[in-house]
Amino acid sequence: MKDIADLLRHHPFAEGLDEETLALVAGCAKNVILQPGDYLHREGAAADSFYLVRHGAVALETFVPGRGAFTFLTVKSGEILGADWLIPPYRSSFDARAIELTRAIVFDGKCLRGKCEADPRVGYEMMKRFIPPLVKRLQSARMQALGMYDAANA
Amino acid sequence: MPQTLKACAPPYPMAPTMTPVTRFIRESAEVFTFDLAPERATPFTPGQFNMLYAFGVGEIPISISGDSHAPERLTHTIRAVGPVSAALGRLKAGDQVGLRGPFGVGWPVEEAKGFDVLLIGGGIGLAPLRPAIYWLLRHRAAYGRVGVLYGARTPDDLIFVSELEEWRRTPDFQLRVAVERAGPDWTGDVGYVTPLLSKLRYDPADAIAMICGPEVMIRATALALEDAGVADSRIFVSMERNMKCAIGHCGHCQFGPLFICKDGPVHRYDRVRDLLAYREL
Repeated sequence: MKDIADLLRHHPFAEGLDEETLALVAGCAKNVILQPGDYLHREGAAADSFYLVRHGAVALETFVPGRGAFTFLTVKSGEILGADWLIPPYRSSFDARAIELTRAIVFDGKCLRGKCEADPRVGYEMMKRFIPPLVKRLQSARMQALGMYDAANA
Repeated sequence: MPQTLKACAPPYPMAPTMTPVTRFIRESAEVFTFDLAPERATPFTPGQFNMLYAFGVGEIPISISGDSHAPERLTHTIRAVGPVSAALGRLKAGDQVGLRGPFGVGWPVEEAKGFDVLLIGGGIGLAPLRPAIYWLLRHRAAYGRVGVLYGARTPDDLIFVSELEEWRRTPDFQLRVAVERAGPDWTGDVGYVTPLLSKLRYDPADAIAMICGPEVMIRATALALEDAGVADSRIFVSMERNMKCAIGHCGHCQFGPLFICKDGPVHRYDRVRDLLAYREL
């Protein structure tokens, strides 16, 4: 049976991470299995964790009164889910719901923040892994906000 | 009047031929597809376009969205965004349109033989790519890995829905569909289409890409392909400008030294990349 460090080692997030740091951050992690429909976090709730999706898919949603829930991003195998744990007030901005059977590694955000504060090298390694997907998602969100496929842009 | 038009049709490229609509399909709220039955089989290359004339309203360029192996039927998929396209959207089987074409340079389907092939379409941009998809499926053994990415606003805006399902089930054929937003029933990808490139299996050093969609999407996708290692000379983009004559005479679609109608609409990216940066064009 694989331990959490083994699972983490096989996730793209850990690519290039030295064994010492990997073991250190693995101490804040555990393996989870989510059924379709399970919520990973809810909008407005404390953001005390983030996920590395190993297999499966999670929808990021927001609820619009009178119109229902809207998915604006899906996070799938090999990707990172959750950034609100990084910055105060550590509050989830959106709902996150598994849309298929999902296996993930969940990190205790407070635990990892503590290790990053204690050792800036670990913090830098985490930053290098979080910033690229966050910037790419920001770029994608801008494109989505442009309404590229609307009639005027067809 | 119709007889006069028929009489002066080929070889005069500016003369439309009266052509009946034989089938009309509503793809989504804004998009429709119709088949035309030209008087004689009209061979075309995937990616080429025709000029369609709605009588009394005007004429617009529309890429052919059907199968180039069935030239007796010309299929066009159109988004109703202006007076002419809206008028075409009111046609029904048995009505007639004026037809000129086919025109322009299409997708490099022959040149792509032996390569991995990526096709990336956004919105109505899947329509000009569909003939290339038909071609690749028909000649599947001649190509390496094949992947299609398709982006749309919402699940309700997807076109060719039944074929998307068919292609999804096709062995040795990768398809990823992303919408910008969706309701809770949608279990596919949500987000911008370009990041999905990383989900396709292909060899960047041995791949040819074909892109059609809004220009902002074309630019972003071409850059992402370059970043992944695809040579800019193997990226092909279908451009859209104000085409009128379709034969490079009127200059309406001039794009720097190029005319989109006769040098394109499909262009090699390395030949248009710098021009795409000019807002004046």
